[in-house]
Amino acid sequence: MSDRLYTKDHEWVEVDGDIATIGISEHAQEQLGDVVFVELPEVGRSVAQNEDAAVIESVKAASEVYAPLTGEIVEVNEMLAEDPAQVNADPYGVGWFMRIRIDEPSELDELMDEEAYKDFLADLE
Amino acid sequence: MTTTSGNRGLVMDEPLLFEQDAPGRCGVDLETPEGRPLKLGGLERKGAIGLPGLAEPQVVRHFTRLSQKNYAIDAGFYPLGSCTMKHNPRLNEKAVRMPGFALAHPLQPESTVQGALELIATLAHWLTTLTGMPGVAMSPAAGAHGELAGLMTIRAALTARGDARKKVLVPESAHGTNPATATLCDYAVESIPANERGRIDIEALKEALDQDVAALMLTNPNTCGLFEDEIVEVARLVHDAGAFFYGDGANFNAIVGRVRPGDLGIDAMHINLHKTFSTPHGGGGPGSGPVVLAESLVPFAPLPYVVAGEGGFRMVEHDPSGRSFGRLRAFHGQMGMFVRALAYMMSHGADGLRQVAEDAVLNANYVLARLKGAYHPSFDGPCMHECLFDDRTLKDTGVSTLDLAKALIDEGFHPMTMYFPLVVHGAMLIEPTETESKATLDQFCDTMLALMEKAQAGNAEWFHESPHLAPWRRLDETAAARNPVLTWSPEQGKNAAA
Repeated sequence: MSDRLYTKDHEWVEVDGDIATIGISEHAQEQLGDVVFVELPEVGRSVAQNEDAAVIESVKAASEVYAPLTGEIVEVNEMLAEDPAQVNADPYGVGWFMRIRIDEPSELDELMDEEAYKDFLADLE
Repeated sequence: MTTTSGNRGLVMDEPLLFEQDAPGRCGVDLETPEGRPLKLGGLERKGAIGLPGLAEPQVVRHFTRLSQKNYAIDAGFYPLGSCTMKHNPRLNEKAVRMPGFALAHPLQPESTVQGALELIATLAHWLTTLTGMPGVAMSPAAGAHGELAGLMTIRAALTARGDARKKVLVPESAHGTNPATATLCDYAVESIPANERGRIDIEALKEALDQDVAALMLTNPNTCGLFEDEIVEVARLVHDAGAFFYGDGANFNAIVGRVRPGDLGIDAMHINLHKTFSTPHGGGGPGSGPVVLAESLVPFAPLPYVVAGEGGFRMVEHDPSGRSFGRLRAFHGQMGMFVRALAYMMSHGADGLRQVAEDAVLNANYVLARLKGAYHPSFDGPCMHECLFDDRTLKDTGVSTLDLAKALIDEGFHPMTMYFPLVVHGAMLIEPTETESKATLDQFCDTMLALMEKAQAGNAEWFHESPHLAPWRRLDETAAARNPVLTWSPEQGKNAAA
């Protein structure tokens, strides 16, 4: 079991101190199919929870990636602009999207842990 | 190899013109002028520009062959959902070729184009009558341009009452142009989820509606092919919040002549003349997207518009009240599309247009009824003009919606819309339109049923390799998107580009 938390929109969050690393889940990358383009937010931008933060485009569709938490974007994974395939290859590792400095730690309570997310996915089937 | 439909793909290899280059060959053999001074001011070309050497019949055959490879509504069944692609009656083409329309110029004096202006006014009358709305802006050049006109009109109306609002609400199944339009108008976009019946979730809408909402944009029937049956309540809620109700008219074909959007409480709606009113579409002609408007929005509509006066028809190009948000484009709109659309309306009549909607809905329900069982409808009950299936019955076959669509190409059908709307897993959205015969629909349904049977019998490998008979086999869509090669060069040649 990892310490990763998940949203209903299939983003994952990994917390280290007051910094949250964010990406999309294995399920999300599988559903999207081959990712061909990723648009990342500007570093320094403040985002509110559930606000559009990034855009992801696959051969099937273009979708938004929502900010799972309120805070400031402190870092984005520039490599995805060059090599969006990393999102498919390693969504929980090198395919991460952005890091947010957490403003509202209480928002973490709204996220699902891995087990809850698995149940959530099973319900979707 | 045999196919269920009896159709066979045309496997012909047509090299690029550059690859057919025979240096020195040319279509027109002109003598090189000698002894005459050039009058190009020293700007004459110094070297070759690299055009291929080709004879006239070669060029004619090249483009004829390419056109034969093109699959179009004139060539066969074209069941693209959520975007009515219907037959373009040839009577429309006859009307638009009449010299008075075909040769008119937008800068001619008004007195010499009275017929053209009357046609615009007559078309406007049909559009306002069919929609039950008092005004219409004719100039938008296509559907998305119409959306932009509608939302700019709404913004102008809000600004005029000193009520700058920040948000536009769109359902999650909306056409992609809706959020794009709202963003272009500087509004933040908020998505409203659907309920389990595939309609807009009223409770979520109530929660989202506040003093910051400028408009709700809703397509009815929606992109799941379902009638938004709570639309009157939706309109009431939107208006109670002081917002405007924008209707996306992309699916008007399903309700034209049966339902007037004005009666539903819609304040502005674009009408794709190239969808509902049968003008050419998608490479075959420009779009045209007039926007019908409620009384409260009419004063803010874009210029120009046609009015009838004592001296005949004239174009109003300036708004003395200063309330119009201005011009969207040069001149008055897509005149060629206006002529075709009006020809379509007048040749059908009000009763004929009503039957258009009824037959479009009947055809979609026929396909739904025939495929139900083998395919899993995403929502219960009858559909409107398009039927929607998810990929549940393909589960564990190793065959995806994409593979099935590719196999349809071998059978001589343009695939349906895939993976849209996004809210449905592995979506297959089929819109047959009203002009397809039962025989065509049966051939399509027989093919779809045979393909499902084949998928479930375990032929995943065969599906993955589809299409087998098309001029080109499965293209690498991922590589094409990640690394597009958009220009040809002798070094790359054809194979590198492929």
